[in-house]
Amino acid sequence: MKKYSVINTHVHNVDGIAKVTGRAIYTFDVKLPGMLYGKILRSPHPHAKILDIDYGKALDLPGVIGVVTGKDTLGVKQGIWRRYQDLCDEQILPVDKVRYIGEPVAAVAAMTEEIAEQALDLIDVQYEVLPAVYEPLDAIKKEAPEIHEGFERNINVTRHIEWGDVEGAFDEAEYIREDWFKCGGQAHMCMETRAAVSSYTPDGKLTVYHSSQSPYYMRGLLAGVLGLKESSIRVISHYVGGGFGGKFELDGAIFCSAVLSMKLCRPVKIVFTREEDFIATKRRTPMSYYVRTGVKKDGTFCAREAKVFTNGGAYTGMGATALYLTGFFHSFPYRWKGYRYDGYRVYTNTLPSTSMRGFGAPQAMWCSEQQIEWIAADLGLDSIEMRRKNAHYSGYEVPDQASIASCGIDQCFDVVQKWIKEKGKLPENRAIGLSAAGFMSGGIFNWFDSPYSFSSAVVTINYDGTVELHVGAQDIGQGSNTTLAIICAEALGVKIEDIKVHSGDTDHCPADLGAWGSRQTLMAGNAVKMAAEDAKKQLLEVAYAQSGFNIVYDLDIKNRWVHALARPERGYDYAELVKKAIRGKDGQRIVGRGYYTPHRKGMISPAYSYMMQAVEVEIDKDTGKIKLIDSLTAHDCGQPINHLGLIGQLEGAFSMAAGYGYLEYMPYEDGKLMNPNLVDYKVMRATEMPEVPVAEIDTYEPEGPYGAKEAGEGLTNPTAAAIGNAIFHALGVQMKECPIKPEMIVNALNEKEAKEKEGKE
Amino acid sequence: MEKQRLKLKVNGQEHELYINPKTLLVEVIRDHLGLTGTKRGCDTVSCGACTVMIDDMAVKSCAVLAVQAEGRHVRTAEGLEKNGKLAPIQKAFLDQGSYQCGFCTPGMLMSCEALLEENPAPSPEEIREGIEGNICRCTGYNSIVRAMGAVAKGNYREE
Repeated sequence: MKKYSVINTHVHNVDGIAKVTGRAIYTFDVKLPGMLYGKILRSPHPHAKILDIDYGKALDLPGVIGVVTGKDTLGVKQGIWRRYQDLCDEQILPVDKVRYIGEPVAAVAAMTEEIAEQALDLIDVQYEVLPAVYEPLDAIKKEAPEIHEGFERNINVTRHIEWGDVEGAFDEAEYIREDWFKCGGQAHMCMETRAAVSSYTPDGKLTVYHSSQSPYYMRGLLAGVLGLKESSIRVISHYVGGGFGGKFELDGAIFCSAVLSMKLCRPVKIVFTREEDFIATKRRTPMSYYVRTGVKKDGTFCAREAKVFTNGGAYTGMGATALYLTGFFHSFPYRWKGYRYDGYRVYTNTLPSTSMRGFGAPQAMWCSEQQIEWIAADLGLDSIEMRRKNAHYSGYEVPDQASIASCGIDQCFDVVQKWIKEKGKLPENRAIGLSAAGFMSGGIFNWFDSPYSFSSAVVTINYDGTVELHVGAQDIGQGSNTTLAIICAEALGVKIEDIKVHSGDTDHCPADLGAWGSRQTLMAGNAVKMAAEDAKKQLLEVAYAQSGFNIVYDLDIKNRWVHALARPERGYDYAELVKKAIRGKDGQRIVGRGYYTPHRKGMISPAYSYMMQAVEVEIDKDTGKIKLIDSLTAHDCGQPINHLGLIGQLEGAFSMAAGYGYLEYMPYEDGKLMNPNLVDYKVMRATEMPEVPVAEIDTYEPEGPYGAKEAGEGLTNPTAAAIGNAIFHALGVQMKECPIKPEMIVNALNEKEAKEKEGKE
Repeated sequence: MEKQRLKLKVNGQEHELYINPKTLLVEVIRDHLGLTGTKRGCDTVSCGACTVMIDDMAVKSCAVLAVQAEGRHVRTAEGLEKNGKLAPIQKAFLDQGSYQCGFCTPGMLMSCEALLEENPAPSPEEIREGIEGNICRCTGYNSIVRAMGAVAKGNYREE
């Protein structure tokens, strides 16, 4: 490993003081002079035509200032897949019909939230209720109701991935196994619910405070639906109370507050209640997976085919990307001679599905990694060795899809094997479950049709040597501002405390696609490194000019010390150099620019992380209750940049993924979510969380800044399957549906016993 | 409903307010006093984002009426520091990276502080039980447990 001054050292988050003292101002906390409070009236029907909306009585209520419906909008059907008009299918305040329970139909602005809430009861909406359908396999039937015009059998998007001679590879297989799996939805459950404060002023400018993963996307999307120029809109997201994939599309809070504000020319704040956040945002995509896998008896993988039907809910959102990524990562981290995936995203009258941390891959791994474990058991093979035999390696090419420059999965296997060995024999009802996975470091997709570089950064050096770092990347708690400050300090040769990061403001920061798909460390990191190196080059030109060294000598700056590489002891203070350089530029501050857009890196991502999750699980056979006892995370993220941030991301991903595995259900009845609150929707609590020691695997990714790649998202992928595999080893039952409820374990055990009895008789 | 006079001590400061008696303590703290460090994350007393201390007890401030806190001393995350000097638990949160998005942090800090005042040397299990009422969606809690452990060990004790 290279020696760095700032990278991978113990650094406090740059926004730490604000966050531990209560000073951080979230959208939830924003209060503007003259601000009104908005509330949204929502559809009680899963599928209905809107015949008439009468809000006269609501307007008469003292304190109500205005009401808007779909008729107050331009009626634009919007979506984040801007390049593909047919996938832009959502009017956030629909004009003619509603497609899920909770969909906005009108919004009220009033002097207080209470008054706005009361006014909702005074709005009279006439609906013509239509037949509804809730499950993808029902919605594709010929007789199913049509949810969107022009989508035959309600099929919203299809995706096909194929390489190799699939049939030929199946013919070579000596053992074939097929299984059906089901994966549930999951709520992002950000601690800060969706929130926005919109302020439209008579000069035609709109300022929006929004809890957002991508202010740049928000600005573009808002411009499209409001008929404004992008430059007339300023989106500010200084502190964001969590995102997890749920906050980079337009939501009801931002849209309705903007429409109200434009009508009334007053600031309007809308904050979702927790219930609204559950029923009327979006969720992780529920999927039904058919998987057929062919292997040789020695465990060599030959072929795999998968067919997937996903519950898309009422609108596309980011679901089309999730449909592709689930199919791609279902092949990970293994080499298949033949691979075929067919994905169908189906519209239903339920909450729309979208991206959520892992982006389709947790569902893919739930099916893949359990089936692989069962195949190893069927053939009497060691499952780690079988995985190893078929795993990706540095330099491997996924046919027609991706080139893997760095891959540490083999070392992950070593670390986990050692850990299992050291554990020795486990008590009864306990077992270890394993699951491997890989993930992307940002997507090479531009369905948004951005004309700008994927990431950009500007470094400005002040007279005293301090640095203003402007990035479009968005910190949503994952610590990107800190990571980017570290990269900037390292590249420029200064200290972390010299860097002031500016982000989350479209008026002052360069365009950047934002925080999704684990893209920021690699993409924004590369942009920041380039900007810092650009600024440094300008400084070093001045240093060269006055050094008198032979031109073969290399000059550098490290820890604020300007020196010749060959004679590091002879140097001088960086601040002195900055002063000279600024004087030489006629008093202009030094400005460095950097940008990054992936080129020639395949179709999916510039780089891939690899990991293996091991979990020790205890199961109460009588109640089916699961307890996580211990775990080990082996993770290859290339060169770690922000050490504390990395550990936090891995532990956090584990907790969210374990929740997906056995706690977080989203049960629907007739299109209605039955547990839209934090009493009935269970997330991991401190007492349920095991220790999550992390083994960092040392690799170097040539495409990443200083060799870094993804760390924040990938570990959401393997964990649910690892829990399933632990149950398989402890009890000998195969869990095909996630999240695993206690009664599913008890039922599976009963079934198993009955079968064994039958066998004996 | 007729407004009622309320005398409330918050972070050492006496306040006199006229409020609707059904106003929740969290509303008084955030909306009347402007102390927005204290958050709200649910409507069901489940998430702990609004946790404050009333005298020496951690309380979810969405579960009490402001008038019930009359004559008591309410402490919020803003009251942990003294003239810009951070409390041990705040320093430990920084050192351990015990926050990410930071939205649960003020409430989490108050649960931690209340536990430490009651039991200066809690075991990891006692720490986990002490913060069970606070949801953190980002960190997975272990860094918070480590921060508490470091304070309990006396790492931040002043000579």
